[in-house]
Amino acid sequence: MEIIYVLLSVSLSISLLFLGIFIYNLRKGQFDDDYTPSVRILFDDKKK
Amino acid sequence: MEQTTVLTAPMAAKEMIEKRVEQFEYDNTSVRNFGLATLIFGLVGMLVGLTVALQLVFPVLNFDLPYTTFGRIRPLHTNAIIFAFVGNGIFAGIYYSLQRVCRTRMYSDNLSKIHFWGWQLIILSAAITLPLGITTSKEYAELEWPIDIAIALIWVVFGINLIGTIIKRREKHIYVAAWFYIATFVTVAILHIFNSFAFPVSFLKSYSVYAGVQDALVQWWYGHNAVAFFLTTPFLGMMYYFLPKMANRPIYSYKLSILHFWTLIFLYIWAGPHHLLYSSLPDWVQSLGVVFSVMLIAPSWGGMINGLLTLRGAWDKVSEDVTLKFMVVSLTAYGMATFEGPLLSLKSINAIAHFTDWVVAHVHVGALGFNGFMLFAIAYWLVPRLYNTNLYSKSLASVHFWLGTLGILFYAIPMYWAGFMQGLMWQEFTPEGVLRYPNFLETVTRVIPLYAARSVGGTFYLAGFLVMLYNLAKTAQKGSFLANEKTEATVYTKIDHKGEYWHKVFENRPILLMISSLIVVSIGGLVQIIPTLLIKSNIPTIASVQPYTPLELEGRDLYIKEGCNNCHSQMIRPFRSETERYGTYSKSGEYIYDHPFLWGSKRTGPDLMRQGGKYPHAWHYFHLRESTSMSPGSIMPNYAWLLENELDISNTQAKMKVMKSLGVPYSDTRINNARNELKEQADAITANLKAEKIEVKPDREIIALIAYLQRLGTDVKKE
Ligand code: HEC
Repeated sequence: MEIIYVLLSVSLSISLLFLGIFIYNLRKGQFDDDYTPSVRILFDDKKK
Repeated sequence: MEQTTVLTAPMAAKEMIEKRVEQFEYDNTSVRNFGLATLIFGLVGMLVGLTVALQLVFPVLNFDLPYTTFGRIRPLHTNAIIFAFVGNGIFAGIYYSLQRVCRTRMYSDNLSKIHFWGWQLIILSAAITLPLGITTSKEYAELEWPIDIAIALIWVVFGINLIGTIIKRREKHIYVAAWFYIATFVTVAILHIFNSFAFPVSFLKSYSVYAGVQDALVQWWYGHNAVAFFLTTPFLGMMYYFLPKMANRPIYSYKLSILHFWTLIFLYIWAGPHHLLYSSLPDWVQSLGVVFSVMLIAPSWGGMINGLLTLRGAWDKVSEDVTLKFMVVSLTAYGMATFEGPLLSLKSINAIAHFTDWVVAHVHVGALGFNGFMLFAIAYWLVPRLYNTNLYSKSLASVHFWLGTLGILFYAIPMYWAGFMQGLMWQEFTPEGVLRYPNFLETVTRVIPLYAARSVGGTFYLAGFLVMLYNLAKTAQKGSFLANEKTEATVYTKIDHKGEYWHKVFENRPILLMISSLIVVSIGGLVQIIPTLLIKSNIPTIASVQPYTPLELEGRDLYIKEGCNNCHSQMIRPFRSETERYGTYSKSGEYIYDHPFLWGSKRTGPDLMRQGGKYPHAWHYFHLRESTSMSPGSIMPNYAWLLENELDISNTQAKMKVMKSLGVPYSDTRINNARNELKEQADAITANLKAEKIEVKPDREIIALIAYLQRLGTDVKKE
């Protein structure tokens, strides 16, 4: 059943990859503002 | 195309903010193309679905033609719905919303075109190969290796286009929808590659590198996560964009949406083993799957509640606006499906529900309700915008809504009932301790009226869909298509003391190149490493279990070609009701030469794990020719062409060689002698049939299939 370890490590790598992406973006300040983005998208297709 | 107006404003001593207004155009053509494909393939997929549903009520609808039998077109239905209808639907939704949340045109128009046409070609090749019986047999991954490679390539094209767009965005913040899209891309790529590892025998035939239990585990790790990252995350992303737009109010809690995303991503990937409870998978893996499945309910419901609460205080809008109605039902269906999912992964419930129509009901609540209704909502919202007009008829949309909702109910209720009832019948013992329904067929005929009822549900749903097609066509007709939508965005750029823009670094092409090459390299690396890793692990554990003979191997490939595994399982669970009915329960050591595994996931017919020796050859001959001749009232299709078709043995040796390289112990002398060995066994079966006054040539397909059926599960009896 070596496949279990393969799948576990693949799943774990995916999780770690996303954890890395998360921490990176947290530091970059992606999640600092948890309100305005939700309002902003309502104004994205104003034609001028 | 992009115009720039530069306005600079002095800020603090060393820092400057540059404000520019950039004008550019959104690409609506790709959105329209994907959208059109969604509607066309939705129609095809549902028509095929209705056909397979009716085949279980009226087996004549198999038309006694190989290309239209249940076993071959049930995969056509699932593939058409998942990859053609839903697939094109999510691409349309992603292409529309991503450009807008990133305030930029898609990264590359050429990649968009390649993505679109490549995907349609893949669908076309699926539509041709599946009815021809060219299949790997692995559910939702049936397509053969050349198509698998095409899927991987086109998926990478999509990924580059997606990430490229995010990188060149004009909005510093990445809106939560885009996160869901990124997760979709990354995870589906990995799942697809891992599950598709196969050794080709010929251009259209390959064997999974994994065997038996291992293959099953990879398959359901894939199957489960495909539901998660193909049928769920893109839809949640689209919900976070389209629902606020439709209701014209921000999502209830943006914070919750971010929390929703990250918890969902971290939990989903571990829940796959819940598809294999009570199987010969190690217990701790099964428990892991159960625990994570139960935890999944938190983020799933968090997301649903976030969506529904967005509409708080706006329910008057919902009653007027049909797109919102579709959204509300979609989210409710999502809530139901994600509540039921963890429930189904509890062992006691799974014991009844697995292999029954309960699971079919469950996935249709998800597909018809959550996926279908959200795509309909988006279509009603999008088409008028793309064509710069209003919806042709609100009342027709309302009609669609009610037909669809009733359709879901008429579909789901009978199927829950059928599943529950049949699951209990299989387990029922009389007070004397014998099975109450020893004849499997009796449990089938009891649920056929419910199959009929669900076809009515399906018809309602399809009728509603047709109404929508008409409505949307009329809408498009009265408007004019806006291929490139002019827009502008204000860009604030911080200039640091060196005079560099922060996003200039980001926009660097090399980064994109690096990411894409990283993907390609890791794919290449994995392709080489994994097979070698796995072949070693195929160590036989039960001495009496031997590889298939050449004839049985060919018979097994016919079983795969005809898609018998769509109705028959080969996995006896360790319950008294199952061992009583089918024989000794299955052990993992019995499957070590099974490339691919054929456990099946639905018992429309009985389990075939211990079929070998149960009936004489002649029984199978008559039964395959005409199932009702042996089992009156059977809904199994007739396979009369197996009696006519000559067995193709041109690849037998090549097949054995591939099997050998996968670790199946065929000696070289045996491979060289394969044709003789095959002929001897075929002659013996023919002679046996002749004794029963059945005249058949030994080189016909049916002989190989009988050889395989008679071998099933017999090895352990020799112990
Ligand atoms: C539409 C679903 C369906 C498909 C596809 C199907 N079967 Fe069946 N099969 C059934 C049903 C229902 C029964 C039980 C009634 C009967 O004996 O015909 C059955 C019974 C059987 C039995 C008898 C099992 C027993 O122990 O009594 C065998 C053997 C069998 N099928 C083999 C096959 C093979 C081989 C294929 C592919 C070529 C196949 N089936 C495809 C539905 C299906």
